[in-house]
Amino acid sequence: MPILEVKNICKSFGKVEVLKGISFNIEKGEVLTLIGSSGSGKTTLLRCLNFLEAPTVGTITLNGETLFSSEDTKALSDREKRDRRLHFGLVFQQFNLFPQYTALKNVTLAAELLKKEELKYEKAPKSKVKEELEKVRDHAAELLDSVGLSDKMDNYPCQLSGGQQQRVAIARALALDPEILCFDEPTSALDPELTGEVLSVIRSLAQRNMTMIIVTHEMEFAKSVSDKVIFMDDGVIAVEGTPREVFEESNNERIQKFLKSVNK
Amino acid sequence: MIAAVTFGEVTLKLFEGFLSTLKIFGLTLLFALPLGLIISFGSMSRFRPLKYVVKVFVWIIRGTPLMLQLIVIYYGPGLIAMAARNSGASNFFVDLMEKMNNFSAMTMVVIAFVINYACYFSEIFRGGIESITQGQYEAGYVLGMTKSQIFFKVILLQVVKRIIPPMSNEIITLVKDTSLARIITAYELIWAAQKFIKSAGLLWPLLYTGVFYLAFCGLLTLLFGYFEKKLSYFRS
Repeated sequence: MPILEVKNICKSFGKVEVLKGISFNIEKGEVLTLIGSSGSGKTTLLRCLNFLEAPTVGTITLNGETLFSSEDTKALSDREKRDRRLHFGLVFQQFNLFPQYTALKNVTLAAELLKKEELKYEKAPKSKVKEELEKVRDHAAELLDSVGLSDKMDNYPCQLSGGQQQRVAIARALALDPEILCFDEPTSALDPELTGEVLSVIRSLAQRNMTMIIVTHEMEFAKSVSDKVIFMDDGVIAVEGTPREVFEESNNERIQKFLKSVNK
Repeated sequence: MIAAVTFGEVTLKLFEGFLSTLKIFGLTLLFALPLGLIISFGSMSRFRPLKYVVKVFVWIIRGTPLMLQLIVIYYGPGLIAMAARNSGASNFFVDLMEKMNNFSAMTMVVIAFVINYACYFSEIFRGGIESITQGQYEAGYVLGMTKSQIFFKVILLQVVKRIIPPMSNEIITLVKDTSLARIITAYELIWAAQKFIKSAGLLWPLLYTGVFYLAFCGLLTLLFGYFEKKLSYFRS
């Protein structure tokens, strides 16, 4: 059974139809990359998966549980929305780190808040709370170490390079143990010499079988890291398949044009 | 007959007036800051009628002189109550006006100042809150934070940092606006100095008040500089 099933997602903003019936599945541990020219709907699709936008039509099913269905007209409470969001992590193009917190605090903040809420609900004693929060902290430190930033934990975002900030953002998303980690053009805001360090972190996550959906313009990276590639064009999936099928074997006119323009 | 006054006596009297000035200043800040935040939420509300009512109110308050507002709030209730009495009308509103007519000048000054400054503060808050990028909220949402957690843990401090310069400007203006209280017979620093013109024929105490204003504004400038420095460890 696929971990994620997306069926017939449509999204309109006013009269503009951005997504026109997107369906795909991914298996646990797979890496899916979404490619396509800007305006083709890749980012909107990611935002729908992370509940930043509500699809106009369609269903999203995770591990057999329906997370979203346009048939279901009952409005979700903030808490329900939040529980569903937590299945996914999202790394933004612009990092969106919290500027007033250190790298470590950026990673621990949300996890600490969740933990505190949970423990309050259980009426846990203070010693337990302290112990659990220490665990959150240790886990965050491990994550920062795994993205190569163990020496930058106490630095503020403004003291870090773009590549370092994006690696903190990846650690921050991992801190909540998402089942699927999404990346929205994670290297587009970076200087060319800094993209490598971010891509290699994503690559190492792929090696550890993290399920990921990546929107990217780095074609070589997409070719080498993906199990599956989707080429989107004007709100629909124009081509999908293995990297080989998409990049080398497809005769689709649009993708050939696209690949030519990015390889210029 | 004009009595001789010493420098020490003048200083003491002016200091009394200055304490009254401080009272207007302190009470206005105490109430206008939270009220301003509430008004700013109103002016950003997605509920259109509320938004427009608030915007019109802010327009009226910012669009008329504070001096006029003081006069309206001080004399208005009495005039309305008198007219109502003459026509024999009596209801909750008239009772309220009667009651307000009996408030002290000081109370009226604080009410007028709080309303006036809350409107100015609300626009500063609004500017600050709206200048924070959507990405900060979205980062909070995808990390499972609630709306109030995002506001208090992520947004607020960034807003505070950004609004310190315009806030300090407005607060320093407030120090000097307190001198308008005299218009509706509330005692403050300028009035304390003017008394010496009549009682002793002295003009210099009036000039001397400038020293008090300058010293206090200087202190505030240092204080705001300190806050700005405290928050300079991050950029947003």
